[in-house]
Amino acid sequence: MDLRPGLKKPQGGDCPLVGGVPVATHAPGSLKQTCVNDAFVKFSGIQKTYDGETLVVKNLNLDIAQGEFLTMLGPSGSGKTTTLMMLAGFEVPTQGSILLGGRSIGGMPPHKRDIGMVFQNYALFPHMTVEENLAFPLKVRKLGKPEIEVRVKRALDMVRLGVQSKRRPGQLSGGQQQRVALARALVFEPNLVLMDEPLGALDKQLREEMQLEIKHIHDNLGITVVYVTHDQGEALTMSDRIAVFNDGVIQQLATPAELYERPQNPFVAQFIGENNRLNGKVIALNGTTCTVEIPGAGNVQALAVNVEMVGRPTVLSLRPERVKLNPTPGSLPNVFSARVAEVIYLGDHVRVRMSVGGRDDFVVKLSNSEGVAHVEPGAAMTVGWRAEDCRALAAS
Amino acid sequence: MATMATTAVQTSSVGVPLRITLQRVERRRKLRAFGLVLPLLLFIVIAFVMPIGRMMFDAVHDDTLLVLMPKTTAALSVWDGKDLPDESAYAALAGDLKEAWSQKTAGRIGERMNYELSGVASEVKSSARKASMLSAGPYKAAMIDISSIWGQREVWSLLKRGRSAYTAFYLLRSADFQYGPESQIVASPPENAIFRDIFLRTLGISIGVTAATLLLGFPLAYLLATLPARTSNLLMMAILTSFFTSVLVRTTAWVVLLQDHGLINETLMALHILSQPAELIFNRFGTVLAMTHIQLPFTLLPIYSVMKSISPSHVRAARSLGAGPFYAFWKVYFPQTLPGIAAGCLLTFILCLGYYITPALVGGPGDMMVSNFVATYTNEQLNWGMASALGAILLTATLLLYFVFNKLVGLDQIRMG
Repeated sequence: MDLRPGLKKPQGGDCPLVGGVPVATHAPGSLKQTCVNDAFVKFSGIQKTYDGETLVVKNLNLDIAQGEFLTMLGPSGSGKTTTLMMLAGFEVPTQGSILLGGRSIGGMPPHKRDIGMVFQNYALFPHMTVEENLAFPLKVRKLGKPEIEVRVKRALDMVRLGVQSKRRPGQLSGGQQQRVALARALVFEPNLVLMDEPLGALDKQLREEMQLEIKHIHDNLGITVVYVTHDQGEALTMSDRIAVFNDGVIQQLATPAELYERPQNPFVAQFIGENNRLNGKVIALNGTTCTVEIPGAGNVQALAVNVEMVGRPTVLSLRPERVKLNPTPGSLPNVFSARVAEVIYLGDHVRVRMSVGGRDDFVVKLSNSEGVAHVEPGAAMTVGWRAEDCRALAAS
Repeated sequence: MATMATTAVQTSSVGVPLRITLQRVERRRKLRAFGLVLPLLLFIVIAFVMPIGRMMFDAVHDDTLLVLMPKTTAALSVWDGKDLPDESAYAALAGDLKEAWSQKTAGRIGERMNYELSGVASEVKSSARKASMLSAGPYKAAMIDISSIWGQREVWSLLKRGRSAYTAFYLLRSADFQYGPESQIVASPPENAIFRDIFLRTLGISIGVTAATLLLGFPLAYLLATLPARTSNLLMMAILTSFFTSVLVRTTAWVVLLQDHGLINETLMALHILSQPAELIFNRFGTVLAMTHIQLPFTLLPIYSVMKSISPSHVRAARSLGAGPFYAFWKVYFPQTLPGIAAGCLLTFILCLGYYITPALVGGPGDMMVSNFVATYTNEQLNWGMASALGAILLTATLLLYFVFNKLVGLDQIRMG
C-alpha cells in the first residue's frame, strides 16, 4: 500500500492544528497566524481578479502543513477552485505569492511543480488505456520501463484496479474512472495532491465509500492533500482542517469538530450543518455570556462569541439537535413556548418545524435512539436550550 | 404500477406470449422508420445508384458494331485472324455497308472504328457510299479496291472483336493500353498514352490540396476551438461566408487576383519587387491555391468540431502530471483530434479527386484532372465509353483508397462532429 515507505505522516509537528487554532487572516486586526515558518504551502496576500473589477479571491493568507488534509469548502463562486488552480499553476495570482516547500512558485509552469491533481471530471486520457494513463507521468519523467511497470502495478493495486489495466477509461464505471484518476495523481509520488471536487459525479453510496478510501490513502502515504468541495459532509468526513470560503474570503479555518461546534460567523454556522438563526440585539454583556433580545420572543441567554458591545445587532446560532422539548422547568436558562407546525420522519431522526416567538422556521431534531417522542402537528409545548449551545455571532 | 403489472399478466394469460407482443410492437416501429427513409432511399436509387451503375456498365459495354454490322461480325466468327478473311466475309461486309448507307448509320460505324484506329472514319464512310453501288461479287478485290483499309488485318481484328457486346477497349485505353493487330494487348503509342499521367496528376493535386488545407486548417481550428465564444463565432462567420458564394465566383476571383495584370502582379510591379509579372495562374500553383481556398472549410470544420469536444482539462491534467506544453499537446491533445483530421482530410481528398471547374478555369493544359477529360468525352467528343471508363476507374480508385483508409485508420474513428 505504501508508495513511499520512507515518508511518514508527521504527527502533530511544530504547528499545533487545534490548540493554537491557526486561523487565516484577512482583515488587519483579527487573529494573527500562529504558525508560519514550517508551512509546506503558504499563500500570502493572494488576490485574483479575472476582469479587473471584482476580486474572486480577496487577500488570501493560508498555511498548509506537511501531511495535512486541508479542504476548501464553499458554495460555487466562492473562490475555492480559483485558489486551487493558482496553486496548481493554471491561474496566475493578480497579487501575492505562493510558497511551496519554502520556494516561491510564482513563475513556475504547472509541469515543474510536481503537484498531483485529480480533476472534477477525472480528465483521463480517452485514447490511452488505464495502464498508459498511469504510465504517462512516469514516461514524462523518463523512468525506465521495468520501473514504470512496477510503479503502475503498485498504484493499480492500491486502488484495486489491477484487472482493468488494459481497458480504456470509457469502458470503466464512474467509480473506477475516479480510482484511476486518483492512482494517476499519486503514481509519480508527489508530495502535494490537489483534488477538485473529485467525487461530484458519483452517487451517494459510492461517494461515501471513496471518501474513506481517499482518507485511508492519505493516512497511509503521508502526502499533503488540498481538497475542494461544496459538500460539507465530505469535508467533515475527510479533513484535518477545513477552510470555509465565501465571497473570495476564508470565513473560518478550523478542524471539522471546531467548525461545527464553534462557528465563528453566521455564514459558517449556516453552511456547516443545520442551524437555527435568530436575529436580535445585545442588551447585556457579562463575561463569556450575554443576553440577547429577540423581537417578539423575549430575552435569550447566549454564549458571546464575537459580540463587541451592548446595543449591537447579533445573530444567534443554535443547532437543532441541541434543543430539548418540554424541559424540566428551571433546568435551562432559555425556555419558550412553541407550537408544532410540521413533523418529518427521516429514519434516524425526526425533524420538527415549530413556530416559536412568531417565527415558524424553528427546527428541532429529535434523535430516534430511544423511540421518538410523540409530537403531533398543532401540539403546544415548550422548547429550551443551554446558553453554551446558543452562540451569539456578529451580524454580517 | 399495480394495474400495469396486472395487464402484463392478463396479456400472457390470454395466450399471446410476451415475445410475440414485443415483436409486433417492434415491427410497427420499424415499418414507420422505414416509411420515413423511403423517399430518400428512392432518391438515392434513382439519382445515384442507377446512373453510376449505368456508367460502370457503359465502360465495358459497346454493341455498335454488333448491331450495325451483324452480317460481318457473324461471318468473322470462323476467321482465324492470321490472313485476310475469305470472300464470304467481304460479301457480308459489302452487304452491311450497303445497309448502313441506306440506313445512314455509316457515320456511327466509322466513328466507333475510329476510336481504336485513328483515321478510318472517313474511309468507312466513303466505302459505304461506294459499296452501295456494287451490284455483284466477287467482293474481296472490289472492297480492297474501294479502300485499302479493308486489306489491313487490324481492321478485321477490330471488326471481329465487335462480335461481342462487351469490350475492354475503353478501360485499356484509360490505362494507356490498346489492342494490337492480332487483338493482343499492347502499350498505347506515346501520342495516346496520356491517361496514367492524368490519374497520377489528379492524385498528386488532391494530396497536395489536402495537405495544404490540413496545414492551414489545423492551427485555425485550434484557434477557433480555444478562443472565447464571441471572437470564435465572429471568425467562424468569416469562414462560413465563403460558403455563401458559389465555387465559380470564388474561382474567378482568383483569376482577377492572380492574372498577369491582376491585383497581385500589378502591386508587386508598382513596388518594383518584380520587373515583369510572375506566372501565378493557369499553372499548377494557381490550381492548388484556388482549390485549397475552396476546400479549406471542409477540412477545418470536422477538425474544429472534434477539438470543441476535447475537454481542456485533459491538457491541464497532462501539464499537472509533468508534461511540458508541447509534450502535452502532442501526446494528449493531438491524438484526440485524429478522428477529425481523418474525416476532414478524407472529405477534402475525395472531393478533390472529382474537381472539374477550378482546374478548368485557373489551370493550364497540364493541370487538367480526370474530371476534365470525363467532361470533354461526354460533352464534346460524345465518346461515352471513354468517359464511363475514366469515371469507373476514378470511382474504383476512390473506393480502394477509402478501403485502405478504413484498414489503416478505421471508419469508426471518423467523427464529423
